[in-house]
Amino acid sequence: MSNTTETKTAPPHGLPPQDKGGPLARFLKATELDTRLLGMLGALALIWIGFHVYGAVFNGFGAFLTPRNLWNLSVQTSSIGIMACGMVLVIVTRHIDLSVGSVLGFCAVVMGVTQVYILPPLMGVGHPMIWIIAVVVGMIAGTFVGAIHGWLIAYRSIPAFIVTLGGLLVWRGVAFLITSGETISPVDQTFKLLGGGPYGAVGEVGSWIVGALGCIAVVVMVLNSRKQRTRFGFVMRPIWADYFIGGISCAAVIGSVLLVNSYPWPKGIVKRYVAETGIEVPAEGLFISHGFAIPVLILVVVVICMTILMQRTRFGRYVYAIGGNPEAATLSGINTKWMTVKIFALMGFLTGLSAVVASARLGSATNALGTLDELYVIAAAVIGGTSLAGGIGTIYGAVLGALVMQSLQTGMVLIGFDAAIQQIVVGAVLVFAVYLDNLYRKNAK
Amino acid sequence: MNNTNTPLVEMRDICISFGGVHAVDHVSVELHPGEVVGLLGHNGAGKSTLIKILSGAYAMDSGEILINGEKAEIRNPRDARSYNIETIYQTLALADNLDTASNLFLGRELVTPFGLVDDDAMEAEAREIMARLNPNFQKFNDPVSALSGGQRQSVAIARAVYFNAQILIMDEPTAALGPHETQMVSELIQKLKAEGIGIFLISHDIHDVMTLCDRASVMKNGKLVGTVDVDSVTDDDLLSMIILGKHPHQKEA
Repeated sequence: MSNTTETKTAPPHGLPPQDKGGPLARFLKATELDTRLLGMLGALALIWIGFHVYGAVFNGFGAFLTPRNLWNLSVQTSSIGIMACGMVLVIVTRHIDLSVGSVLGFCAVVMGVTQVYILPPLMGVGHPMIWIIAVVVGMIAGTFVGAIHGWLIAYRSIPAFIVTLGGLLVWRGVAFLITSGETISPVDQTFKLLGGGPYGAVGEVGSWIVGALGCIAVVVMVLNSRKQRTRFGFVMRPIWADYFIGGISCAAVIGSVLLVNSYPWPKGIVKRYVAETGIEVPAEGLFISHGFAIPVLILVVVVICMTILMQRTRFGRYVYAIGGNPEAATLSGINTKWMTVKIFALMGFLTGLSAVVASARLGSATNALGTLDELYVIAAAVIGGTSLAGGIGTIYGAVLGALVMQSLQTGMVLIGFDAAIQQIVVGAVLVFAVYLDNLYRKNAK
Repeated sequence: MNNTNTPLVEMRDICISFGGVHAVDHVSVELHPGEVVGLLGHNGAGKSTLIKILSGAYAMDSGEILINGEKAEIRNPRDARSYNIETIYQTLALADNLDTASNLFLGRELVTPFGLVDDDAMEAEAREIMARLNPNFQKFNDPVSALSGGQRQSVAIARAVYFNAQILIMDEPTAALGPHETQMVSELIQKLKAEGIGIFLISHDIHDVMTLCDRASVMKNGKLVGTVDVDSVTDDDLLSMIILGKHPHQKEA
């Protein structure tokens, strides 16, 4: 409406984009990097450095940017991150799922009962199949619950908000009934590894193997993209841009391997480990690396699978199409109702997986597990750029959003803010992030 | 026209009602290869509803549809597509957040041998067909929300043309277009007609119908007023059919 914005308005439609702008603009265009992604990484860096400096200045010790804290941060992000991947699909298709926290509690309790009360008497305590059966049962339970929600939403036309609000109460109640309010423990020893901890990590060598696989994947992807573009004669990214992206990605992978490998087992655990295995301790002491925690690797696998699902399969394409224009999706022959059931079932499946991580990390199952998680999961997806109006959202964005949220919380604990202030900050950040997102989208148009 | 041959499409005695309102009431129309049949009528006359039955968006209450003389079961848009029926909706039915190629192939994506969506192949195909329909079109990597009305229209048309439609339904194809683009659509209709494609054209513009169509069917309040050869009637005849629901003196052959 005002004429001050004249220089900023978009070029008229139909004209090819002109090659103007500063070196930064040209750099971004050549590398095809997502400016949103860069913005989020920048925000994350700001949060991390900010907390570290604050700790160094006011508490005399910067605790944030230490291998120990970052390793813990990665583990703490896993559970919310896994669910946030599913929430992206739900929100992109213009729905919402308020029940994931309760469903997580329900799945955890189901798994707890399975592996503590039902299976040991049948198979013997510590039977190697126990944890597998428990995990499978938990994920089936989650998928089933999600499918029920989806069916009610799609085929009975009850708004997702209501169905999952009901689910929030129902599944928490069911979890309580199953446990009679008691904590179920101890969980199976192998199961416990899925939650992280010194034993629940892949160690130094394992981490290097993971890192090597990651770097190989990056190189293959860059090469494949060039091959495809050559096949159809599209404009190539300049070769330096490909080198740059490949280099940065590999550096990030290797950097994270170095990071997790520089966090040693605590002394007590090392002592016990030495006593159990009877290995010799060298004079300078034994340095055993944690390496990547198993829940983090689970999250990485989920992110990769979900990204492929969303970007490279028909299913993912239909999810975006339904979010963009449900009517057009239906007229294109997409069975939108069945898609809704599948999306909510997938959300339930991931919630079940997240319940594995959460209850394994805790070493027990309680009916209160996952309370308020739904809000953190939704916040993670939204901070990560998922639009509540539907049609827009990415998996990596949601996981970054989860990391931002968890970083804020961890950071505030480290510098000694109390719980009330933490809530205020997280709430304010959520609102502010959506506001920033709106601004970004307006300018992008 | 080939009026003596088997019609490409024959919709017989179609009825559909919504909550007691007879939106389409015992209507029969037919379409021959290489023929353009105009559907005329006021808003709410039932033209779009009739056509949405053919394109699978609505399920009819009674009646039957014959394609090439054989009874066809059309229960959803997918069924319609399997009979090579393509529809260009008034609303264009585009997913605004997806790019041109994704919209063009929505529901019929090209996939790699691994079953993954092959975006590059689809973009290459999209570039080829758009070069034919709208040579100035460049924005292949933007979501269609960034396109102008005419560009969006050409995406919707490309979608129908690409998949070798035999029966094409155009619901107000020029409503949102400027004169130049309207001209383009008219030329396209002539071209498709020459290729032997049958076209149902829904329009408010009597002039369009008089120039583009071979026959015109007029509907009023869900009922068919009549079908006439456009050569044998005047604009005024058509107008009186639309407004008064009165059939001109001479019956159609």
